[in-house]
This record gives sequence, structure tokens and C-alpha cells, in this order.
Amino acid sequence: MKSAGAAWCFVAPALVVIGLFFVGPVMAALALSLTDFDIYALADHRNLRLVGLHNYAQLLQTPLFWQALGNTLYFVVVGVPLSIGVSFGTALFLHSRVVRFQGAFRTALFAPVVTTLVAVAVIWRYLFNPHYGLLNYGLGRLGIPPVDWLGDPSWAMPAIIVLAVWKNFGYNMVIFLVGLQSIPEPLYEAARIDGASVWRQFRHVTLPTLAPIVTMVNILTIAGYFQLFAEPYVMTQGGPLQSTVSVLYFMYEEGFKWWNLGTASAVAFLLFLLIFGVTAVQLRLSRWDVP
Amino acid sequence: MGRPVRRRLAAAFVNGALLAMAALTVFPLVWMLSVSLMSPGEASTFPPPLLPGQATLANYRELFTQAGMGRYLVNSVALTTAVTLSSLLFNVAAGYAFAKLRFAGRDRIFKLLLGALVIPPQVAMVPLFLLLRHLGLVNTYGGIIVPALASIFGIFVVRQYALSIPDDVLEAARIDGASEFRIFRSIVVPVLRPIIVTLAVFTSLGAWNDFMWPLIVLNDMELYTLPVALASLSREHVQDNELMMAGAVLTTLPVLLVFLAMQRYYIRGLTLGSVKE
Repeated sequence: MKSAGAAWCFVAPALVVIGLFFVGPVMAALALSLTDFDIYALADHRNLRLVGLHNYAQLLQTPLFWQALGNTLYFVVVGVPLSIGVSFGTALFLHSRVVRFQGAFRTALFAPVVTTLVAVAVIWRYLFNPHYGLLNYGLGRLGIPPVDWLGDPSWAMPAIIVLAVWKNFGYNMVIFLVGLQSIPEPLYEAARIDGASVWRQFRHVTLPTLAPIVTMVNILTIAGYFQLFAEPYVMTQGGPLQSTVSVLYFMYEEGFKWWNLGTASAVAFLLFLLIFGVTAVQLRLSRWDVP
Repeated sequence: MGRPVRRRLAAAFVNGALLAMAALTVFPLVWMLSVSLMSPGEASTFPPPLLPGQATLANYRELFTQAGMGRYLVNSVALTTAVTLSSLLFNVAAGYAFAKLRFAGRDRIFKLLLGALVIPPQVAMVPLFLLLRHLGLVNTYGGIIVPALASIFGIFVVRQYALSIPDDVLEAARIDGASEFRIFRSIVVPVLRPIIVTLAVFTSLGAWNDFMWPLIVLNDMELYTLPVALASLSREHVQDNELMMAGAVLTTLPVLLVFLAMQRYYIRGLTLGSVKE
């Protein structure tokens, strides 16, 4: 009995903080999304009215919301496979037995992960500069005409994807690397004795063993990429022609620029449902993989 | 082709590819440093220079004297320190209790917490803003620190590590009449030291780099953290590349140095919850 009291002293502070400042607000977000909370309600709560699903219905008729959703999906659908592909490829290279200075390579490749997103977005905005950016200079040397990376609606999102892949691939690379290192050597030996080629070893030993890690990496990376915000905020401010407005950027402007907090909550909730749905589908699919 | 030759070719290819990859990865960061040392206007020429004609600290001087970066640096350091130290206390205590102490509903609560991990933090932002406004914490340091006092991730990481503490050690201390708090302080914390360092590195890098929430909650320029200040500066000074690069160096060099020094602990944190079941 005495020890249960002490236990509560250890957990209660953290639980109170999480309940009050995370779980509570999440539930309140659902409630808030059913109201017309705006700048008038912010001034005086008596101006607040319940409007049911009106915010959601309204959103589905807002072209910019659909555009933001489309932009975000573009970022996820192109960015995630690229990002994970680079991570996996680099991890395979790093894991190779012939690698020298594995530690130094890993550190260099991982460095962008810990950098401040705002700062590296500033760097890349300069690299992408149409007039004196290094990227256009390099392309020019290869005979490719200059591209207005961040000023052209069809190139702005690809440019942001390049930044995101550069910044993020090191994270999953390390996770894949640890996974590769944890595959027991006897598995490979047995495969070799059976006369399996390098490719067949990869296909029948490496991939199946890594499957749970791949699923987890997929889920976390997709959830992370859905939360695109700082890159467009710094590099393009959602432009050009709103081609880089993401769902969160839309939510930020709706909520904290125009103070339509009811609508902003609805946006946040839709994003949550989307991420949740995609996660659930992936967990389902991964279970099918297991024979 | 003989085996040794093929092996050597493979080694050259793999190492060469990795070297190219690593150079490409590090290049933007090195170049940021180089451009930050150029004199104003030097980087706005074509082709862009790789190294400064004459290295100068003028941009850094301007950041501190004109742009008020000294103040933002102090804000970032203070907030990161406060968030890291206080959240360590909350998370370590809770993580240990979830692993080793018995109380009603322990496993149910822990499962609920794990479930809540799938909720993106932005969902809570609007109501959290209103709550903090009600508490008078918007536009104060408290608006950053208070919601960050505990984190599910932190509790989880500490719990996983604390599971390995043998029960008989704790039991023996109890029989000797040590109080639960004494046990925590003199047995548990020393054992948990490696994971505490890992969590400290993780938390401080996260707090330093955080952008969206400080952007929402801090309106006074006086209170800006470095990322928020840099973002606002970069919207004003679109053309001043050298100045912006100096700002980027100031913002990101501290975290890079912490990472380089504490790499071992950081990488362990990455793989702790993932690979081991």
C-alpha cells in the first residue's frame, strides 16, 4: 500500500502534464472543430456557437484545402519512397564488408538529421536561387538551362522534396543499418551452403528479416512527411501559386493568421484521421506479409 | 577475373560511392560556413564563389549588433536548458515507475499512452494555445516550457531501459529500510545514467530545433528563439545571402557540435525503441 502511494508520486506529475497539455487538448480539438470559434469568440466566449459538421462541410468545398491536401499527398507519395530508398541503399553500402571508415561515413551522412530545419531551408533556398544558385550553375555546366526552382509552380514541390530527402535520409539509414547488423551470420552461411547467389541471399534472408523494420520505418516516415510545414514556410511561403501550401501550413494560416480556430481544429483532425487511416492500412498489409 | 581483383574493384566502388554521397551530404553545411565568411554581396555573383576572397566576421558582427541575435541565442539556450532539465525529472521518474513499481491500472495507462503516440502533436495545438492563453502563458517562456515538461516518448524510452533493473536489488534496499525516494536517487538514477544522457541529448536537440510551436506561442520579438528569429529574418533579408548564412551557422552549429560530441548516445536513442522488441 505504502509503495503504491510512492509510485503515484513518481508518475502523477508526468501524467498530469500529458493529460492537461496533450490528451485534453486533443479531445478539445474535436469539440472545437464543431464550433464557429473565430476572432470574435476569442474576444468574448459568448460569441461561440455549435455548428455541427459545418466546418468540415465548408472545408470540403474550399479549393485551397483540396490543393493543400493534394500538395501534401504529392510530398508524401514522392518524398517517402525516395527518402526510404536512399536510406536503404546507403545502409546497404555502409553494411558492406569492404567499407572502410564506416563510422566517419555514418556521421557525415547522418549530420543533416540533427540540423535545424529552418537553417537548412535557408541554405537550400540559396542553393536553389535562379540567378546565382549553385544548383543552376552545376546544371549549366552540364548544358541544362537554368530552372526557377522555387518560383515555378511545377518545380517548387520537387525542390522541397530534395531538401527533405537530404535532411531526413540519415535517420532511417541508421535504423536500417542496425537492422542489417542484427541479422545473424549463420543465416547467410546456410544460404551459401545451399548455393544461393548474393541476390537470392538478399531476397530470401535480408529482406524477410528486415520486414518488420521496413514496416515501422514506412509508418513513421509517412506520418512525419504528412506534417510538412517549416520547409514551405521558410522557402516559398506556400507559393508560387499556392503550389507548396501543405495541410499544416493551411491550418497555421487559418488558425493563427485569420484566427478561424474552429476551422483550424477541423483541419488538424482531418490530418490526424488521414495519418491514422494510412497507418492502419499499413499494419494490415504487413500482417498479410507474414506467411 | 581473379577473386582478389574483383574484391578490390568492389571495395573501390563501394567506398567511392560512399565518399561521393558523404561529400554531397556535407557540402551544403560546409558551404554555409564558407558563405557566412564572405563580405556582403560577394555571394550574389555568378558563378557563386566557393570560398571567400577574404574571410570576414562582418556578418556575425551585424547579426549581433543590428539583428539582435545575441538575445535570441540567450532565449534558445535558456529554453532548451529549462525544457531538458525539467522534462528529464518528470520522464525519468515516470518511466521508472511504469517499469518497476506497482500501482493500480499501471499497464492499462501505459498502453493508452503508447496508443496516444500516433496522434500528431499539431492536433493539440489550437486548444493548447487557448488553454495557455487562459493561463496567461502565451507570449512567455512558460508557454514553451510547461507543455514540454513530460513526453510520452521520454517515458517510454526510460521504461524500456529500466525494465532491466533487477527486482532483488530494489527489494534488498527496501528491506534495509530505504524510502522509495532514496532508492530512486541512490540506486535507480545511477543505473539509468546512460539512458538519461541519451534522453537529454534527444530532448535538447528537439527543443532547440523546434519551430512551429514557438512560432505560434511567442509573438514578442524579445522572446524569439533562434529558428523563429531566423525564419522572420529570412523573410525580410531575402537578398542578403551572406548574412543569412551566418544566421544559419549560428542556429545550427551548436546542435551539430552537441551531436558530434554525444553521437554514441544519440544513435542509441534512435534504435532503442525500434529494433529491440
